[in-house]
Parts: sequence; structure tokens; C-alpha cells
Amino acid sequence: MTDSKYFTTTKKGEIFELKAELNSDKKEKKKEAVKKVIASMTVGKDVSALFPDVVNCMQTDNLELKKLVYLYLMNYAKSQPDMAIMAVNTFVKDCEDPNPLIRALAVRTMGCIRVDKITEYLCEPLRKCLKDEDPYVRKTAAVCVAKLHDINAQLVEDQGFLDTLKDLISDSNPMVVANAVAALSEIAESHPSSDLLDLNPQSINKLLTALNECTEWGQIFILDCLANYTPKDDREAQSICERVTPRLSHANSAVVLSAVKVLMKFMEMLSKDLDYYGTLLKKLAPPLVTLLSAEPELQYVALRNINLIVQKRPEILKHEMKVFFVKYNDPIYVKLEKLDIMIRLASQANIAQVLAELKEYATEVDVDFVRKAVRAIGRCAIKVEQSAERCVSTLLDLIQTKVNYVVQEAIVVIKDIFRKYPNKYESVIATLCENLDSLDEPEARAAMIWIVGEYAERIDNADELLESFLEGFHDESTQVQLQLLTAIVKLFLKKPTETQELVQQVLSLATQDSDNPDLRDRGYIYWRLLSTDPVAAKEVVLAEKPLISEETDLIEPTLLDELICYIGTLASVYHKPPSAFVEGGRGVVHKSLPPRTASSESTESPETAPAGAPPGEQPDVIPTQGDLLGDLLNLDLGPPVSGPPLATSSVQMGAVDLLGGGLDSLIGGTNFAAPPTAAAPASLGAPIGSGLSDLFDLTSGVGSLSGSYVAPKAVWLPAMKAKGLEISGTFTRQVGAISMDLQLTNKALQVMTDFAIQFNRNSFGLAPAAPLQVHAPLSPNQTVEISLPLNTVGSVMKMEPLNNLQAVSSRLQSSNVFTIAKRNVEAQDMLYQSLRLTNGIWVLAELRIQPGNPNLTLSLKCRAPEVSQHVYQAYETILKN
Amino acid sequence: MIHSLFLINSSGDIFLEKHWKSVVSRSVCDYFFEAQERATEAENVPPVIPTPHHYLLSVYRHKIFFVAVIQTEVPPLFVIEFLHRVVDTFQDYFGVCSEPVIKDNVVVVYEVLEEMLDNGFPLATESNILKELIKPPTILRTVVNTITGRPGGDKEFLKTDWVTPRGSGAVSPLLLERVFSCVYERSTNVGDQLPTGQLSVVPWRRTGVKYTNNEAYFDVIEEIDAIIDKSGSTITAEIQGVIDACVKLTGMPDLTLSFMNPRLLDDVSFHPCVRFKRWESERILSFIPPDGNFRLLSYHVSAQNLVAIPVYVKHSISFRDSSALGRFEITVGPKQTMGKTIEGVLVSSQMPKGVLNMSLTPSQGTHTFDPVTKMLSWDVGKINPQKLPSLKGTMSLQAGAPKPDENPTVNLQFKIQQLAISGLKVNRLDMYGEKYKPFKGIKYMTKAGKFQVRT
Repeated sequence: MTDSKYFTTTKKGEIFELKAELNSDKKEKKKEAVKKVIASMTVGKDVSALFPDVVNCMQTDNLELKKLVYLYLMNYAKSQPDMAIMAVNTFVKDCEDPNPLIRALAVRTMGCIRVDKITEYLCEPLRKCLKDEDPYVRKTAAVCVAKLHDINAQLVEDQGFLDTLKDLISDSNPMVVANAVAALSEIAESHPSSDLLDLNPQSINKLLTALNECTEWGQIFILDCLANYTPKDDREAQSICERVTPRLSHANSAVVLSAVKVLMKFMEMLSKDLDYYGTLLKKLAPPLVTLLSAEPELQYVALRNINLIVQKRPEILKHEMKVFFVKYNDPIYVKLEKLDIMIRLASQANIAQVLAELKEYATEVDVDFVRKAVRAIGRCAIKVEQSAERCVSTLLDLIQTKVNYVVQEAIVVIKDIFRKYPNKYESVIATLCENLDSLDEPEARAAMIWIVGEYAERIDNADELLESFLEGFHDESTQVQLQLLTAIVKLFLKKPTETQELVQQVLSLATQDSDNPDLRDRGYIYWRLLSTDPVAAKEVVLAEKPLISEETDLIEPTLLDELICYIGTLASVYHKPPSAFVEGGRGVVHKSLPPRTASSESTESPETAPAGAPPGEQPDVIPTQGDLLGDLLNLDLGPPVSGPPLATSSVQMGAVDLLGGGLDSLIGGTNFAAPPTAAAPASLGAPIGSGLSDLFDLTSGVGSLSGSYVAPKAVWLPAMKAKGLEISGTFTRQVGAISMDLQLTNKALQVMTDFAIQFNRNSFGLAPAAPLQVHAPLSPNQTVEISLPLNTVGSVMKMEPLNNLQAVSSRLQSSNVFTIAKRNVEAQDMLYQSLRLTNGIWVLAELRIQPGNPNLTLSLKCRAPEVSQHVYQAYETILKN
Repeated sequence: MIHSLFLINSSGDIFLEKHWKSVVSRSVCDYFFEAQERATEAENVPPVIPTPHHYLLSVYRHKIFFVAVIQTEVPPLFVIEFLHRVVDTFQDYFGVCSEPVIKDNVVVVYEVLEEMLDNGFPLATESNILKELIKPPTILRTVVNTITGRPGGDKEFLKTDWVTPRGSGAVSPLLLERVFSCVYERSTNVGDQLPTGQLSVVPWRRTGVKYTNNEAYFDVIEEIDAIIDKSGSTITAEIQGVIDACVKLTGMPDLTLSFMNPRLLDDVSFHPCVRFKRWESERILSFIPPDGNFRLLSYHVSAQNLVAIPVYVKHSISFRDSSALGRFEITVGPKQTMGKTIEGVLVSSQMPKGVLNMSLTPSQGTHTFDPVTKMLSWDVGKINPQKLPSLKGTMSLQAGAPKPDENPTVNLQFKIQQLAISGLKVNRLDMYGEKYKPFKGIKYMTKAGKFQVRT
């Protein structure tokens, strides 16, 4: 007999019929009727009208019937709370039944009846069941506490159930322990700050014992709980790791991944010299590889986690490249993840294999996958320098296939390769130009235009090419329009004679016929630059661009560390901290990796990079849009560099600028005859990045945020000019203290010793606060990093007032007036500034400067107008002093 | 924890829902349907789908989507593993896991689901414990189903059917009625004993097992996953091995299984019954087995250990620009088989879209080409090393179309009996704790897993 008949009737009066059957005297008939009711319920029919009749069937000694009625009750009690109370007595009675199965069933069902009125009747039976002699009842009761907490948290606390639950962690039965842990973890999730699971070495020991004996699900709960514990030293961490490692051989992948989480987290505390550390690393690889032979859904989750693990500890899987090779019948979501990890693992040793694979993928059917594969080839070229040439030739092969999307994707990545290795692969440009006509995607068009503009001097018909794009200028996307504008300006600067007409055409298109503000702004900037000072224009537009970083899409280190603590959870699948997506106002505790203990070596570079570490030491991270929130909070990253190249350079220069504007004068004042850095054009090229650089401006001004932006180091003294000593450096201001970060490199063949530093008199009165300390002699090709604290008590060099923006804003800044934005309107320079008085009054100012006119116009905005008079005076004093 | 479960068939109907906490409206599945629409094939639906208030985790098995709804941060692997367990349990209970069978047994399904989770926490997922709690459908019931000729045969069906005249060969309605009523009055399908296994130190084994014939069989099954490139060299090759056991032994036997070459097994996952300590120290599998069928061990031999490739494929597939004909030739032959025969060989390949039809002649076996899906499959059968099977012929291509830019990948299936390709060999099996002498057997088999040859 099967149950499909329960689905067949859709007649009218069905409910009525069921009602009659439910009230039948025959036991069997009753049972069948309840079954029909349940069947209707499972497919979503509303049978709540039968509530009283079904509840009447509850008082029975037939276990199956009882269970069925319970099932019904759980579903409909919420909509019929008054009726549900009728059932309470039966529950209370069942909780005292001699059969533990019935006791457990009763306590389990009661918890599922989510009706407030019932909960108070629940407490007594639950208390008894939590102390029941039968472990089966106890473990069921433990879960019931979590249910009750979900319905009425206050009640659970008042009744002291939480303490009872904590006691159950030391229960003799491992299943009870596991369920208690699971219940507590769930309760703790809604109480982030509470110390529900305050783990100490004793309780940890109990958990570890239970871990070996409980079910696979229990093991997951216990392992997840262990991961929240912070061992007091590396010895304890090691002993926990030792007891957790056997879980790596479990057949349940969730157990394996939870174990990996515990190990990854506690490994952080182990010294790298330890033999055990190496053993552990070796043990981690096989289970991760095994996860990849599981079902595709499991693979997907595993791959997302492996992506994190590979970023944190690439050494674990560095020899396992092959398992990430894509099989053609993998689901697309698995393919894309595998590809990502392949690139992360790519290195000089395995690049040949990887490239061969990627080339194979590029001929597959799935468009998304092919695109990503082509992009991956480009990323390999950027990551492994030795392979660049092969990557380029592979890409050229792919372009020859003439498959439209492959060609476009290839051109986009070749642009990146050009940016990484400028002036190296220009020979391919001709091939690229052949495909100009087939490009129909904005990104590819923009990339191609960028290439043409960048290498305009080497492409004979660059003007024709660009002109051809110009015809449909207004139909192009913004990305392409901006790029085209820049490219033509570049072309003009390189070949001014032939292209004058072209540049005028594009400028007028951009400024007069366009209603896109970005485009118009950029058009005006170029126009003005070109008309006032072509030399400056050249410096700005054709400035050397910073190289793009090796690794793309890396997760920012602090976030990565946090995510490592969430291995195996949804957070790790989305690569976002739970705070970014977990529902509702439930606060989430930020987890962090435990610090290495004192016994570990100190020379190792710190786990979290210091704010704005110079590129080269730590791979620069280009955050994706989604990470922006994190960026704003931490303020230690550059803005997303997704815009056109000009944006990149202007942002960075803007950053240099905020360190005091008159950096050149500062550097001129130091002992070395260093050339001024390229800070000058910053204010001119700033508008695109200005929104972001303003933000940085503010923070650096407040100076109390520890993570303020630090300009990348610039070479102040090239080795050529100083007998082999190369000095590069930058100024930082952290928590109000100024210091000069220097990097000294010995490029000579002899050892250098006896370093000293002296500051010339300068306009800020900067002087070293401590002598320069370079302890060891600097041997050839060695580099040292020094941070020299500075103070501003040195003698100030008086200078004639400079009548330009730089000087004004720097002068003002040294007096704590901060420039927020600059703008040029009708040949007048406008400076927008802010200052704050010690009593918390904010003043916003607009300073208007006309070239050639010694008078400045100042307008103020302030909540307290009475201070404005003093501000005018202050400005006067500062600027005329 | 796991909030709800929806079962959805491939045409997008939700045919079962189960809630372990409060009821989640089935409209949440709309997000799933959206994702399903975006994915071209059912297999490509992403396993984790975020919605504004919930997360949907799904697996696709037997043409059914099992969609779990979760609300808070839960390890996704935990949910997916659980869903796998649900599928396995249904299969275990009903023989097959399909929409009609689930609908036929909806009450048992519902009861089982209720036992598997409590408030979203796993409660009883071991098959033998579940079967103690809720009895699976009896053989008698299956008999009725067979007689009535449809899996969903039931009383109402019979009643209505009697009215209409039936053709010859029909079973006497009276007989049916008798069989049926005897099933109908069967005892309850809910067990009334405490599931003892759930609390014992060996939760996987029920107590009081008795057999007249005591037997223990072990199957060592290895699957080779490999990618072979155009020139025939191996790009990746790995072996996924399992040891499946069927143990029917009385009482509480304690078994040990030892291998001739345990060093092969460096990446293993054990059934919870295996004592890990003894494996670590002595490389011996020591365990109290569950009753019945179970997977004792799965292992992984990765590329580094030089996986032997038992077959080779010689191929010459050429498309020519402008020509409407292409040439196609494939030969399969044995290689490193340790003298065993390769059988059950099936070659399949997804041909490029430009191929209109193929006219091929096999030297043995049968072949089909579906011009709609462009799927070529060739059932080769056994490989005779003296006379290698081959498939030759021409392909008609779309006239004037350019040469296809993708090369077809050839997928291979095969079986080799009595051989574990990794060389793994069981040394001996001993039993302690019980007095009788069991019958022991061991079988080896090698199969192709995902075995792909690029052309």
C-alpha cells in the first residue's frame, strides 16, 4: 500500500470527509485519516481547520499515531494557539512516561510548538528531562533549550537553563556533549557578547574526548566550537592540533573542513621552525585534495575554501596543481573556481603545464569559462615574468582563431600585460590592430584604444585608427569615450603636427556635445592643459604609469585572516565577513587569528601588513567593489584602480600632495641633493580621483587614525648620483607623530658604514627627533628600512610667499587648515578647505585666487558665524606671515 | 541550522516541503527558480544561492532538486552532506529515489525526515537506527505494487478500475483485494523500541544481530580519473578507490583487515567504525562493522604515485575548411592491464555543433549518433588485444561553415575485473570476539571514472 492516494482526492467536502474519518471509532481508520491529513499538509494544502479533531487523536498508546499527530501539531499550533493549549496536558503526561522514547518525543515536540502561551508550561518538564537518567532524553532536551531560546530568550535565562546546558558539556555521554555544544553555539549566535561558551583547558579537554566518540554531526559542532578557543601558548595549540588531525581522515567532508579550520587557525600560533609545523602542513594537503573528488556541490564549497587557504598558506597545495585541472563535464561553477585556484598556484615551476591547460580551455564551448580562461592566461603572464613571452604568443594564437569573444578577451588582457611590461611586446600591436573591427564590447574597445594611444608613436596609422572610432563617438559607452579622449590627447602630444584637427574634434565632442560630467571634466582639463602649458600637459598625460601589481583579486590581508577563522561557513563561500551579510541586527563577533607566541622568531614579517606597506614587500591588493566598505573602514588601501590609467596616477599623486603640499621644498631641505618628486602636477590631474583622495585628506588631517594613507616611497637619491647609495623614502604621520621612512640600498660593490642625517632649515621646522640609526654596515646589494622620527622644533626657514596654489595650501595645511578640493573656474583657482577649532566648531572655507592678482577672496561657511571674523584674521596672518 | 527542505522536480513543481522550525513560505523557492533559469542545465545550478533573508543550498540527484533553506550562518558542507544523506536514506528505504516513489511513500518520507533532524540538528542519520525507528516498506507491499502493475497502486485505484472492463491477463480482483487487505492491516511502521544504537559506543551497529550464514564480503573498487592529451600523454591521472563491504555477521564481531602494501594508502577517509589509532601505528584496519552494506574506506592515489593507464585511444579527427566532409577514426587498445581483459568499453563524444551527421562503421559493437544533441556513443564491449576495435567513417559538416574551433573530447568507460589498478591487495581478514567461522570473500574491480581523451 502506498501513500499516493492521499494526493488523489481534490473533491469538494474533502475536509468534511476527513473530519468524519478522524472521529471514527476504528483505530485504523483514524490512523489512515491522520495520514491523509499529513499528506495534504506536506504538499502545502491548508488542513488547519481539522485542528481539534486531530488533537483528539493524540491520547493514544499507538506510537505511530502519536507521532503523526505530533507532526501535525508542530505545523499548525502557531495558527491555532488556543487549541494548542489543549495538547499541553498530554505532553506533560508523556514527559513522565516510563518509555524514554516517548519522554524524548514529547519534549522534542513541545519545543517545536512555537506558541508563547505554551512555553511556560514547558519549563518544568524540560528541567526534568535535562536531568533525565536516560542520555537519549538528555540529548533531546539539550536541543529543546535552543528551541525555547529561539521563542523566548528571556524565559530561558530566567529559568537557568543556560547553566544546566553548560553543565551538560561535562556529561558522560558524548552525544549529549555534542548536542549541548550545538545548542549553546546556536544560542551564542544571537548573543554575540555573552560568554556562554567560555572555554578553558578543562572544558576543551572534555570536548576533545567527546570528539572521538560522537557522531559525525556532533564532531562538526565540537570542531566549530574548538575553533573559537584561543590556546594560551603554542604547546597547548600543538596538543589540540594533534588530537584534531585524525578528523582529517573522516568520510564526512564537513568534519574534514571544520578540522582544517581548527588546524589553520591554531597553526598561526606554532613556530615555523617546529618539526610539527612542517608535519602539519604536509597532513593538510591530502584531505583537501580528496574533497575535490567528491560531488560537485561539495567540491564547490571546498574550492571556495581552498581559495582562501591557498592565499594564506600557498605552501600547502603548491605541488597539487594537477588536481585543479578542469574536466570538461565539471559544472560551470566548479570550473570557474578551479581556474581561479590554478592561477593562484601558478609559479615558474609549473607554468608550462598551466599554460597548456589554459589554452585547451580556451577552445571549450562555454563562453563564460572560455573568457575566464583567456583572462587567466593574461594573469599568468603578469604573475610569472618568465612566462610572459609564452603567454603573449599563446594569446596571439588565440586571436588567430578569430572567435569573437576570445579575441576581445585576449585584447583586454594584453593591455594589462603592456602595463606590466612596458615596451616589451609592442611587436604584437600589428596583429591586434587587424582585429579592430571585430571588437564590439566596450571593455575590449577601450583596451584597444588605450593600446593605440599609448604606443601612438609606433603605430603609423594611429591617427586613422583613432579617427575611425571617433565617428560613432556618441554611441560609445563612457568607458570607451574617456579612453578615446585620452588616447587622442596622447597621440597629439606625441605627433602634434598631424593631429591638431583630430584633437580639436575630440575635445569639442567631449566638452560641447556630451552631457556626461566625467567626460566633460576630463575634456576641459585636457583642453586647458594643452592651451596653457603643453609641457605640463606632456608631463601629466604622458607621465610614467605605476606598474600594475602581480596578484590581482587578492583578498585584503586582514579580511583574509578573519575569513580563515570562518573556514567551512557561508562567509568562506562568499569571501565576506559574516557581518557583511548575516541577517538582522545580530551583532557578529569579529574573529581574528591568534597572534604568534613569543617563542616564535621575530624577524618574520608581521601577519597583517602595516598600513600602506610599500609594494614589493606585500603584494598590493586591488580590492573589488564589494570590499570597498572594508576599505573605508580601514583606510589603508588605495582606491579601486579600475578606471583608466590617468585616474590611477592622479590618485597617487594626490596622496603625495596631502603629505604637506610643499614636499619639494622639504626634500630640497634635506641633506641629499635629491631631485623634487613629481608632486607638482597633482592638483591639475586630480579631479577624477578627487572624491577619494579627499577622504584620505581628511583622515590624514585628523591624524588620529592609525591606518592613514602613506604615500609610496619615491626615490629621492638615485644610486648614480651618490656613489652607489640609493635612498628612497616617504613621510608618514601616524597618531600625530611625523616620521620619515627611509629605504637605503647599497648598489655599490663596497660595504657602507657610518650613516648620519642632517636636515637643512626648512619651512616646517622639521628636524630629526632621534639620530639616524643604521646598526650594521650595509653590504653590497643589501637594503635596510629605517623609520626616523621627526619633530617640528627645528629652525624654520622663512620663505617669500609663493603665489601659487601649492604654496597656499601647504602654508595653510601647516596651520591645520586642510584643503579638501581644488577647482578651476573661469581662470580662477578655487581652494575648498576645512578647519576645526579646538572647541569643536567646524569651518568650511572657499579661497579664490586669481593669477596675477595678489588679493585673495575668502568665503566662509560655519554654524557659528561669530567666529568668522577671527578666521579671516587667522587666514590673513597665516598667508601674509 | 537547517530550517526547511523543499523537493522540486525538474519541471519546477515543489512536491514536498518539510519545516523543522517555523514555516518558511515556499515563495522562497522563486529565487531558486531564477537561478535555475539562468543555468543552462540542471547540473549547473549553483549549490549556494543567497536570498534577502535565507540561503538556499541545493543538490540535484535523480532528477530531483533537494533544496535546503537556512537562515543563519551554518557550515554549507554540513547541509550538503546532510542532503546527500537524505538521498541515500530514500534510496535505502525505497530502492529508488524518484518523484513517484517519494509521493507514494509520503508519510514514511515525512516521518523519516522528522527523525533525521530535530530543530535543524541532525538526530538520527544512520540507516540502521532510522530503520529501527521507522520501518521501511515491507516486501509484501512491493509485491502488491508489482501485481497491480504500477508503483502507485492503491485501494482507490483498484476500486475505480473494477468498474471498467479489463483486457485479458488481468489479475483476479478478488485475489488483489485479499492481498491488499492483508497489507492494509499490517502492523504500524513506527518501531516502539528505543533506538539503542544511537547511544552506544558503536552507534553504527544494532545489537542482537543474528544470521544463520555468517558472511563478510569486501569489494575493492577503483576508478581512474584521467585526462589524456592529444598526443596520448597523461595530463592528470588519479585513482579514487573505495572498499565497500557487505557484512552479515552474528553478534559483535571485531574485524581486522590488513593489506600487502598499505603504503599506497596515504590519503584515506574511514567509516567512523575504523580505529584510527591502530591504522596510524600498525597500518591495519580494525573495526566493529555496521550490519549490512557500508563503505569501509575510501582512498585516493594521486598522480605522483604514477597511475597506470590501462587503455589507449588512437584518433584521427579532421575537419577541413570549406569541405563538407570530415574524416573520423578512433581505435581503442589495451595498455598496462596486467593481463586482464578490458570489458564494458563505451566510447562517447560530444561532437561540435557543425557536425550534421556521421556515417561510421565499427569493427565491433554498436554505435549511435544523435544529430540533435550531437552525441556520439559507441558501445564497444570487450577489447580483444589481437583485433583492436575501431570506428571509422566520415562526418558531414555544415556546408560553407568555418572549421569548428572546439575539438571533441572523447569520454571513455570501461571495466576490468579482478584487478585493482593501483596494485592494492588485501592480505588477510581476521575476526575476534565471536566464536563461529565466517565466510569471507574479496573482489577487485577497476573502472573508468572521469576518463577523458582530448583530440
